[in-house]
Amino acid sequence: MNLDVLWFVLIAILFIGYFFLEGFDFGVGMLLPFIGKNDTDRRVMINSIGPFWDGNEVWLITAGGALFAAFPNWYATLFSGFYLALFLLLLALIARGVAFEFRGKEQNRTWRSVWDWLIVLGSVAPAFIWGVALADMLKGVPINASMNYVGTFFDLLSPYSVLVGAAVVLMFVLHGALFLSLKTEGDVQERAEKAALRVGGPATTLLVIVVILSYFYTDIFRKMGIDPGPVPMIAGLALLSVRYFIGTKRYGWAFAMTGLTIALSTVTVFLGLFPRVMVSSLNPQWSLTVYNAASNHYSLVVMSIVAITLVPFVLAYQIWSYWTFRKRVSPTDHMDY
Amino acid sequence: MDQLILSRLQFGVTTVYHFLFVPLTIGLAFLLAVMETIYVRTGNETYRRMVQFWGKLFLINFSVGVVTGIIQEFQFGMNWSNYSRFVGDVFGAPLAIEALLAFFMESTFLGVWLFGWDRVSKRVHLASIWLVSIGTAMSAFWILTANSFMQEPVGYTIRNGHAEMSNFFALLGNTQLWLEFPHVLMGALATGAFFVLGISAYHLLRKNHVDLFKKSFHVAITVAVISSVLVVAVGHAQAQHLVKAQPMKMAASEALWNTSSEHAPWTLVADINTAQHKDPFEIQIPYMLSILAYNSLSGKVEGMNQLQAAYVQQYGPGNYIPPVAVTFWSFRIMVVVGTLMMFLALIGAYMVLRKKELLGYRGYLKWMVWAISFPFIGNTTGWLMTEIGRQPWIVFGLQKTAQGVSPTVSAGEVLITLLGFILVYTVMGIVDVYLMVKYVRLGPDEHVTDDPSAQEPIPSLF
Repeated sequence: MNLDVLWFVLIAILFIGYFFLEGFDFGVGMLLPFIGKNDTDRRVMINSIGPFWDGNEVWLITAGGALFAAFPNWYATLFSGFYLALFLLLLALIARGVAFEFRGKEQNRTWRSVWDWLIVLGSVAPAFIWGVALADMLKGVPINASMNYVGTFFDLLSPYSVLVGAAVVLMFVLHGALFLSLKTEGDVQERAEKAALRVGGPATTLLVIVVILSYFYTDIFRKMGIDPGPVPMIAGLALLSVRYFIGTKRYGWAFAMTGLTIALSTVTVFLGLFPRVMVSSLNPQWSLTVYNAASNHYSLVVMSIVAITLVPFVLAYQIWSYWTFRKRVSPTDHMDY
Repeated sequence: MDQLILSRLQFGVTTVYHFLFVPLTIGLAFLLAVMETIYVRTGNETYRRMVQFWGKLFLINFSVGVVTGIIQEFQFGMNWSNYSRFVGDVFGAPLAIEALLAFFMESTFLGVWLFGWDRVSKRVHLASIWLVSIGTAMSAFWILTANSFMQEPVGYTIRNGHAEMSNFFALLGNTQLWLEFPHVLMGALATGAFFVLGISAYHLLRKNHVDLFKKSFHVAITVAVISSVLVVAVGHAQAQHLVKAQPMKMAASEALWNTSSEHAPWTLVADINTAQHKDPFEIQIPYMLSILAYNSLSGKVEGMNQLQAAYVQQYGPGNYIPPVAVTFWSFRIMVVVGTLMMFLALIGAYMVLRKKELLGYRGYLKWMVWAISFPFIGNTTGWLMTEIGRQPWIVFGLQKTAQGVSPTVSAGEVLITLLGFILVYTVMGIVDVYLMVKYVRLGPDEHVTDDPSAQEPIPSLF
């Protein structure tokens, strides 16, 4: 495997980590007003992701940095092309980030409810925008011969990409509900379990529709064949098994399965892209690939050494932090948020 | 307004705003680590209360620093895509390493520190805040590695029309980096220290929690003395390097239109006429610029007109003179507040060493409350000088700012995002200051009474 391909894989891993981890804390954020019926409930929910959400978001920041370093052209085309979408993403992430910190700093009810809604909005919007962005990357967007995006903001919003955005939102809600069922107790836990049951069906249905539409809108089936191989198959099976695990009250397994679905769906998207990284809808020759978008060899060697040295440590201490805070959050605990 | 100006404005606003919060984060993280070390070593409960009080202010500030940092990373690709394509091979690596090495560490261990008071042992808890502190400093190191490349490009070759990294260690060994990093780091420590000093002074003036705030004052004054002296010392070395590496920035920060005489005087204030390339009025201190530039009574400093002619020869036609007035005045404001901070810190240290009763020196304490603003002014003006003084270059000698901008993003789009960010920054700034002031006033013993309405159902909108 040459270094261009290695870095394509590493970027995929960073996005998998990001969607898996921030997926559930986005989900918790979206469920805040539905499961959190009083202030204590809401605090329990926010504190259940309290020690983690910031570290989860760093997966995105690292993915951004790695794109910049390993594929400057991919980074430049994607970020300047999806300009207004990323602006909305940034606004959402800003609002959400400060809302977690600021919410509890005043007793006032209006104050808290404003921040709560910013948490909801700040969790829905990024999930939706990432879904749209992935769909657009796969489907292709107008990119010219000099690698620049020449469409408008509304070109990003095809029915297909909007549906993918909605599917991602629902998947994250399901993932978040299952996380809550593992990390809370009492009323919140009960409501989270119910929410998982209710959202599981629509999430699965939407994902199936998206898979069918992908046949018409993207070249993923032509690339992978009608038998797409084990990765998307397992993703689908994992999603179907969630219902079974919820039914038998094995929430740990159910959470692992939504996680697996998210991870393998992301892998499928990246497999569908490869060796392209941004598909041009104007001319296949103008697509960005892992080869014409990558940094020079020396740069990639340096980055590979750095990544191989550091990533094990990062994984080790993040896992340790999840282990440290493995206990369920209860209203009688000391809560920081 | 055209897209270039708007993009520059957006970069400036975002960076300056972000850089109000970052130095305080770096400085406070270090002070918290020191305070908690004393607590763990001595078991003195006052230090534990100190950590919790300053920690609360630290967290309010930290959150704004984090969220504005994401924009910082994204905006290179969004507004400066040609720049990103041109230098990504070199410039991207330090950003990626910053995230991998520093951000993961900061965010994970901040979580452990914040939520871990009764979940992890004292030692692990202490180690967490040290790791946060080290993480913030490393973050500064890597982002300044990237910035130093823009000031003084090294370790690259131009191939296929863009800069490719050819020597990673040259980037790490960049002279500019080893002047800029200590200068910024010490400035950040001074920011944290003056924040603690000023708020302690505020409470000491009111005789609130005298023991706790005196102890805070003592810890902070130690950091303040060391950091503010080093800021000045490194700043001086940095100016000397500037004469060699970026003479145009030096000349602009002196409003020096024509090459000086052998014994260069330092201009204290000047009325700058940019159109006619002259300063109709100026007050000068003889020999001082030669001393600043070369540590010697003699030595010429090149002027902007001569450098402009030389650059036209070297780089082709164009205007190579940065906005002189901003560069000149921001340099002066930075030097003035830096010097003031050094003296205030030395006076404080003298009083502490001589065991003077701080409460008796109300005038000094009042000064210290106002001095909270000094490092913020110094950080901002220092940053403006270094970035604006580099213009018209985005990467000195390699790419002009005008060439770096995204070619397909319209002025309208940049305007929308600029206004959006300004609105959000304003609201966030107001809330941040409001909460800071609230928790400063509340003091260390915050009595959390359980909110009786916490169990009441919140009416649903659905």
